[in-house]
Amino acid sequence: MDQRYTKRTFVLEIIGILLAILFLIPFYFVIINSVKSFSEILIDAAALPTEILFSNYAKVWEIIQFPRAFWNSLIITVLSNIGIVLISSMAAWKMVRTPGKFSKILFVIIVSAMVIPFQTVMIPLMKLGGALNLINSIPGIVIMYFGFGVPLSLFLYHGFVKTVPVEIEEAARIDGCSQFGVFWRIVFPLLKPITVTVVILNTLWIWNDYLLPLLVLQTAELRTIPLATSSFFAQYTKQWDMGLAALMLGIAPIIIFFLFLQRHIIKGIAAGSVK
Amino acid sequence: METKMESKVDPVVPNTSGRTKLHDVKGDPRRKAKLKSILTYTAFVGPALIFFFVIQIIPFLMGIYYSFTSWNGVSSAIEWVGLENYKRIFTNDEVFFNSFMFTTKFMFAAVIISNLIGFGLALLLNAALKTKNILRTVFFIPNVIGGLLLGFIWQFIFVRGFASVGELTGLSFFKLPWLGDETTAFWGIVIVFAWQISGYMMIIYIAALQGVDNSLLEAARIDGANNFTLITKIIIPLILPAFTICFFLTIAMAFKIFDLNLSLTGGGPFNSTQSVAINIYQEAFQNNRYGLGTAKAIIFFVVVAIFTTFQVMATKKREVEA
Repeated sequence: MDQRYTKRTFVLEIIGILLAILFLIPFYFVIINSVKSFSEILIDAAALPTEILFSNYAKVWEIIQFPRAFWNSLIITVLSNIGIVLISSMAAWKMVRTPGKFSKILFVIIVSAMVIPFQTVMIPLMKLGGALNLINSIPGIVIMYFGFGVPLSLFLYHGFVKTVPVEIEEAARIDGCSQFGVFWRIVFPLLKPITVTVVILNTLWIWNDYLLPLLVLQTAELRTIPLATSSFFAQYTKQWDMGLAALMLGIAPIIIFFLFLQRHIIKGIAAGSVK
Repeated sequence: METKMESKVDPVVPNTSGRTKLHDVKGDPRRKAKLKSILTYTAFVGPALIFFFVIQIIPFLMGIYYSFTSWNGVSSAIEWVGLENYKRIFTNDEVFFNSFMFTTKFMFAAVIISNLIGFGLALLLNAALKTKNILRTVFFIPNVIGGLLLGFIWQFIFVRGFASVGELTGLSFFKLPWLGDETTAFWGIVIVFAWQISGYMMIIYIAALQGVDNSLLEAARIDGANNFTLITKIIIPLILPAFTICFFLTIAMAFKIFDLNLSLTGGGPFNSTQSVAINIYQEAFQNNRYGLGTAKAIIFFVVVAIFTTFQVMATKKREVEA
């Protein structure tokens, strides 16, 4: 609120920095203990390591087959994002540009589905997924993410399309552009800001999702990072030295993704939720 | 194929006046345009609609059906039992009832605490701090990590980290049997949830605060309003839409808590921190009672829907048009 830098601002700044340090303490614990030996962790978890051991990481890398889990997570997240963006943006645009009862009812049905908890559909979905051959396959889970991703993404696109002026589209159509031409060449590039938001929100959700992959991806080769980490924990309960290294490997990719794009992510989340 | 084509064209033909019947569909430009617009509508909206219906709506309807059966998830014979599952849940399922109580209590505590912290951080970071961009990033970081891994991280903090800090500082707070006792395990999950979610709420509140007109605040300050009245009488009423969204999001997230709960306490000690989502999961996939599980899931849906609609209506009513 205050735009000048006063003594009061300085005090607030100190408070903010102290709170931030407090917020980061859990990461301190994970990082320092991930390079300690098991006995050293038991002696004092808060102390800095006397000797930095990377062997924890090397072991875990092998056991959880990190490259494979990373690749599975990556391919699932990327393909799901592409599909969700394509189908939701197309549908939202057409629904906004075709006003009428049908579009309105459809929109209400799709958006209301956001309150359906995953647990409510998961049991029949597994049965249906079995019948449609979607179980135990990466394309299968990607298709499921398409379905779960539509409500929020369509909602965000729907709100955004309303702010896009229709005149440019009309001009293009008069010049002989087809509907698809208008959408892909003119509208879709204009939707870029909201596409960024949609991709960010879906990436955080899909990358970190645990229950759907647990139910759908049953063979070890198809495991995503959350699945690999949790099965590691189940097997080596309280083996904190290796467990923490596994956690570091598990959280590193998404934290790096966030730090690289943090400005866009924070802006995108703000835009996405206030709209 | 032939009949399908016909039925698609048919409704269009008798729709218009009698004389057009003499024409071929291709001949009437108006009808041709209408057919074309239906086709493009289908081409654009259809894909999203198909995936949405197949993945969410059909399973949802199947779930309603299964909730009236004694299906065990394996056998192909699905026996209709009427309201039996619901009767059993309401009269004879203490564990489910307890998990609902836990989830509701947790929801209230988690929603209040994470929104207080989120709003507080937003007020703090809306000031002209030099480090404000870095601080926003820091407070947001826990959000990018999935609940499952966060739960494992905090299990370590509670079990080993707190013990070490307790020994160093002598503070009894850190020496509590975190995760080992019903009360502390409850607050343990609340702490981790708030740590994860507050940064997200902060971002939404900051976005809303930036929309507040500074001259309004200046005017109030000249009239002698202190910071407290400024916040409660002007800022909060102006940014109520943000509260609607934040409450909606946190209520939904807290109600559906699964991953974090599973990896942090696993529902223990003695099922005291078992969320509804975990209870449903176990009923279906560990006890192999799919019929009973779906009945619970339908009840869960109804409760979540009622809570969130109620909350959105309640806060929406108070919003002022800016």
